[in-house]
Amino acid sequence: MGIFIFKRLIHGLIVILGVTLIVFVVTRMVGDPVKVMLPLESTQEQRDAFKKQLGLDRPIPVQLVNFLKDIARLDFGDSLWQKRPAMEIVFEKLPLTLALTAVGVGLACVFAIPLGIISALRPGGALDRLTVFGSLLGLSMPQFWMGLLFILLFAVQLRILPTSGSATPSHIILPALTMALPTLARLVMLVRSSMIDELNQPYVKTAFARGLPFVRVVGGHALKNAGLPIMTLIGWEVIRSLAGYSVVVETVFAWPGIGLTAIQAIEREDLILIQAIVFTAAISVVLINIAMDFIYKLIDPRLKLT
Amino acid sequence: MTKTKANDLEQALSRSRYEWVDKLKELGRELRRDTAGFIGVVLITALVLMAVFAPLISPHDPTEQDLTARLVPPVWYEKGSWGHVFGTDHLGRDILSRAIHGSRVSLWVGVSVVSLAGGFGVVMGLLAGYLGGRTDAFIMRWVDTQVAFPGLLLALIILAVIGPSLTTVVLVLSLNGWMVYGRMTRSAVLAIRQSPYVEAAEVVGCRWPRIIFRHILPNLTSSLLTLGILEFARIVLAEAALSFLGLGIQPPATSWGLDVSMGKNYMFMAWWLVTIPGCAIGITVLAINLVASWLRLISDPQEREKQFARHMAGSMRKAMVLKAETERRQP
Repeated sequence: MGIFIFKRLIHGLIVILGVTLIVFVVTRMVGDPVKVMLPLESTQEQRDAFKKQLGLDRPIPVQLVNFLKDIARLDFGDSLWQKRPAMEIVFEKLPLTLALTAVGVGLACVFAIPLGIISALRPGGALDRLTVFGSLLGLSMPQFWMGLLFILLFAVQLRILPTSGSATPSHIILPALTMALPTLARLVMLVRSSMIDELNQPYVKTAFARGLPFVRVVGGHALKNAGLPIMTLIGWEVIRSLAGYSVVVETVFAWPGIGLTAIQAIEREDLILIQAIVFTAAISVVLINIAMDFIYKLIDPRLKLT
Repeated sequence: MTKTKANDLEQALSRSRYEWVDKLKELGRELRRDTAGFIGVVLITALVLMAVFAPLISPHDPTEQDLTARLVPPVWYEKGSWGHVFGTDHLGRDILSRAIHGSRVSLWVGVSVVSLAGGFGVVMGLLAGYLGGRTDAFIMRWVDTQVAFPGLLLALIILAVIGPSLTTVVLVLSLNGWMVYGRMTRSAVLAIRQSPYVEAAEVVGCRWPRIIFRHILPNLTSSLLTLGILEFARIVLAEAALSFLGLGIQPPATSWGLDVSMGKNYMFMAWWLVTIPGCAIGITVLAINLVASWLRLISDPQEREKQFARHMAGSMRKAMVLKAETERRQP
């Protein structure tokens, strides 16, 4: 177990180093940060002073070392847009994205698991076909468009839900619903196919033959054995959302999480804030990946962790 | 002697050509049996034709502005006209023409990303699976590391620094999406590495590039094709999302995602601005998904067997009903 944690942490470090290198190369060597961040009419002296302030007048290797030091201390400097430490902004916005992700993925799980099981009980039946077609439809519609349609329906036509911001708890309903739908579609398909596989196994027949109650066989035996791929997908959906895919939903509903902040930082060409966001996302992805491995071990003790 | 040989060859060739045609016909027959797949194929064919002949079939120039006819509703409204079937946007541009031209961008981005990412990923997977050892370890580490990246955020940062354009969108999406192909190809290669025909090729003395490209790769076609089509659907959605965020295709070019994002501001007065391009994306992706699930069905031997059994059961049931009916009528 100790070796396993060590290996995972090393891999996580490699991932973060990889992200560092890409961000470094893209921001300092391909693009010119001074040109991007200062207005066009700034003078040469201003540019030089700015360069010095960011340490960009030093040789590239020195810059790289300084960059790594900054990352190790999680100190990226002050955001150019809001004039305060970038990490402060990120820590302010991160809980909102986490909340949106939790409610969205939670909502998807609550509906997907029963729906998937029910359609797996009668593959090819009317309900099953409806579910499969529905999830295919859910996978095919662009998420931002679904969000806009929800706004048109619930906020403009019915006037029952707020469209943007995060002022009251009811503000989370529409964004979370939009977040949940593609996840729901993917999850239903997976629950359905792995439950069909599991229900055809001999041990299920044995359990039925022994006279165990239906709910216990399906919900207890079969679902537990089908659980691993389902858990993988749920974890992957959380990672996906934190790794930037919440940007779309947050933009549509003006939900002030890190995704919307990232887009605003890009519009204002605030490279420091963007870097802080990308690294926070990378670190959370690494941590969730490690956590997922532990959950696997909890679900299935037979698994060997390597 | 040589003449007969040439004749034989020609005959064999012509026969194989017939076989090829037969196979295509058989595929067509199977397609007609699967309604959903059939609809998907028809829709995709229509879309491709629409994209190719866009300038010929679109009623207006997609960038032509007409400030006297702004936000004209679709034809079924009282104020609508047949001049603009799906209405016009805030600059008086024809929505239908923009939707027709938008298909070009989506399909082009899809095709180029799938071929770029797919090509690179498949080659990497073949190398990792066949060569094994350090090459395998290196490539798979690389894949693992890149899978754990916050992909979309990195894409956003690259797009923000380099500047969004069609080329950068294609490059960024390809960089982000090659790992799936690599992983799948590698596991498929590992599964058939020990099969007799690969070993035979090794014994005969084929070099490894020949073995992996001429012997192994053709056997992966059907699974790679399915994956490629699924990825195509994902890429169309990703391009739309990037363009919607303002980091994809830039005006004056047209793209469905871009049209939705421009229509967003006028959504409350003119719902058709966001609905029509959104529907176009949805229909395209749905069609691709239908074709992909049909392809998965027919390329999976287990599924084929099930389908055959279902077909046989159906015809037997029909025969029994027929028999029962004739027996009832006879006495």
